[in-house]
Amino acid sequence: MASTVGALARPGHRAARRPVRWTALAFLAPLLVYLLLFYAYPLYRNIELSLHDYTPRAFIQGNPEFTGLDNYAAILSDDAFLRALGNTALFTLVSIAAQYAVGLALAVFFHRGFRLSAVLRAMFLVPWLLPLIVSASTWSWMLNSDNGIVNAALQAFGIGQINWLTSPDTSLLAVTIANIWLGVPFNLVILYAGLQNIPADLYEAAGLDGANAWQRFWRITFPLLRPVSAITLLLGLIYTLKVVDIIWIMTRGGPADASTTLAIWSYREAFGTGQPDFSPAAAVGNLLILIAFAAGLIHVRLQRGEERA
Amino acid sequence: MNRTSAKAAVLGTAVLALTACASTPPQGATTAEAKGGAYTWWDPYPQHDAGSAWAKRVGACGQQAGVTIQRTAYDTTALTNQALLAGQEGNAPDVILLDNPAVSTLADAGMLTAMSDFGLEVNRFDKNLITAGELDGKTYGIPIGANTLALYYNKKILDAAGVDPETIKDWVSLNAALKKVKEAGKKPITFAAIGTEEGSFQFLPWFWGAGAQLTQLDSPQAVEALQLWSSWLKDGLAPNSVISNSQNTTWEEFLTGEFAFAENGTWQIDSAAKAGFPTGIVQIPAKAGGTAPTPTGGEFITVPVQKDTKRYDVTKKILECMTTPEGLVETGTTFAYYIPSTADGQQAILAKEPSLKPWVAAVQSAKGRTSDNLGTKYPKISEALWTGVQKALSGAASPADALKEAQAQAKQATGN
Repeated sequence: MASTVGALARPGHRAARRPVRWTALAFLAPLLVYLLLFYAYPLYRNIELSLHDYTPRAFIQGNPEFTGLDNYAAILSDDAFLRALGNTALFTLVSIAAQYAVGLALAVFFHRGFRLSAVLRAMFLVPWLLPLIVSASTWSWMLNSDNGIVNAALQAFGIGQINWLTSPDTSLLAVTIANIWLGVPFNLVILYAGLQNIPADLYEAAGLDGANAWQRFWRITFPLLRPVSAITLLLGLIYTLKVVDIIWIMTRGGPADASTTLAIWSYREAFGTGQPDFSPAAAVGNLLILIAFAAGLIHVRLQRGEERA
Repeated sequence: MNRTSAKAAVLGTAVLALTACASTPPQGATTAEAKGGAYTWWDPYPQHDAGSAWAKRVGACGQQAGVTIQRTAYDTTALTNQALLAGQEGNAPDVILLDNPAVSTLADAGMLTAMSDFGLEVNRFDKNLITAGELDGKTYGIPIGANTLALYYNKKILDAAGVDPETIKDWVSLNAALKKVKEAGKKPITFAAIGTEEGSFQFLPWFWGAGAQLTQLDSPQAVEALQLWSSWLKDGLAPNSVISNSQNTTWEEFLTGEFAFAENGTWQIDSAAKAGFPTGIVQIPAKAGGTAPTPTGGEFITVPVQKDTKRYDVTKKILECMTTPEGLVETGTTFAYYIPSTADGQQAILAKEPSLKPWVAAVQSAKGRTSDNLGTKYPKISEALWTGVQKALSGAASPADALKEAQAQAKQATGN
């Protein structure tokens, strides 16, 4: 910055035009500094971590060995990778599909504006307001194999004990269910807002033409909600890809690796064992960023296509 | 906008940016300044605030050494990360109390001073305890006390089931006792097999008690130990939820009065005394009889490397003050869960509280997790071990297969 001040003090031929550009830059500067400090640097640091071998010793002494793409190669060839990738895909896709479906159904339901609908809608926001540690712990108590309320209820119907969190067959399903519950309010709020932007006269016209409720939903609501749906699903995807807390609290990614997603894997490498392994953790984290980035690009592509059409 | 105001704006931003860049050095300066008058101390006991007996005890040792101590408490995992960051920045505190498996990791990173480098005598500490602080023949920390595991029992349930805890001498007699409890309609045992370090910590007494070594996770002895745990789940002697339970959760289960036995640690002595039923402990039996080696827990006092080596003289005085026999007893009673780490200290605490006798015996036969020269390899081996335990208990693999995979994983991770 000192040099820019010096440059400004020196008179030049185009001095008359310059101040405007400098002023613009000056106003931009706080934002630029902010972006560089809090976005560009961490991203750069994450890439740097993943390209070196940062053992605790190298981390302290600041002399990590440059290993190029070795960390990525090690991760991609690890047996745990395909499993974690599959778990991530299942967890994310099932979560956002169910959250969207339930959120949309509730939004349409509340859109009719019956008495008490505002109160009920507010109650559906509760999962959003609770601290995650509370909701995740509550879910893990409810799903406890031996004393959980869910199993107690199932037993009343003659269904035997299901080891929700402790069986490799059900632990991913259990954390997905909890995550769906957490994500419904977000979908409900955004889709509800989207519904209010659909002109009421369209429904009136459809009613005059004799369209039933089902047809009104599929011919008016769903198509007109498309842009809102797209952004809801994209945000849902990004939020869900990076979920660590709820899985960590409920299962620690276990039993063994049964509910380990890429985000959990990254977290465990860095903070979950006695010895921090920042480099592979950063590499897994970067892969996640790439996946989210690709999804964002697809979203932009689709949107452009729609605008053109 | 005219030129002057534009200039002012640029200048203002420049100053802002400059101060932003410059903010690190002044901070460093204040730390250094604070260090001149005060010695910095980090520990993993956020439950003890500034007014607690522990804080006062730390402060008193500083006073004796002629300085004031600035104490900061983090929780255990945050402490290791903070220590790594401080090591990287070169502004580590004078003293850190570290969980013992972390000592070799930080020592290997070169951020700890060896005790011999500032002349602290380490011979008086129990050999089995201090090995956790050793790396390549040097000692990088001293235990301020130790805790370990044993089997707590609910006397009411055992009496009703007709089980005499004194008869539990090996795995066969333990299994017989558990079956008797089950026949009496109560829940026999609970433990923590969670997929973290706690899971390995709880499994080790059985693992070592079968004669297995951490260098060979798939030995027949290791398989026997894991088969014991799996059979408890399969036969309904232990609840399935142990797979996701932490030591705290299992302890809460035990406190409900439903369970006959719980594997837990020294730190629950007070809580057990306050339980709504009479309790007692038995040592964890080895497979063929006798006491199984249990893993030692507890913190080590470590001294991070300082640029100003003159500081070590005072640090040494603080360390000595913390580890006199009286000091160790005081630490032990302040926390209610520490057995002193020297023979003198153990005698002194027994004179004061004879009921701790079985715990002193347990600590004497305990074994450091990073000992056997495993050092920094231990965390990797432990991760493989707890993953294997989880696989077997959840039925994803047989004990033998799970441990075979665990050994392969450990081998790959430690690079031999």
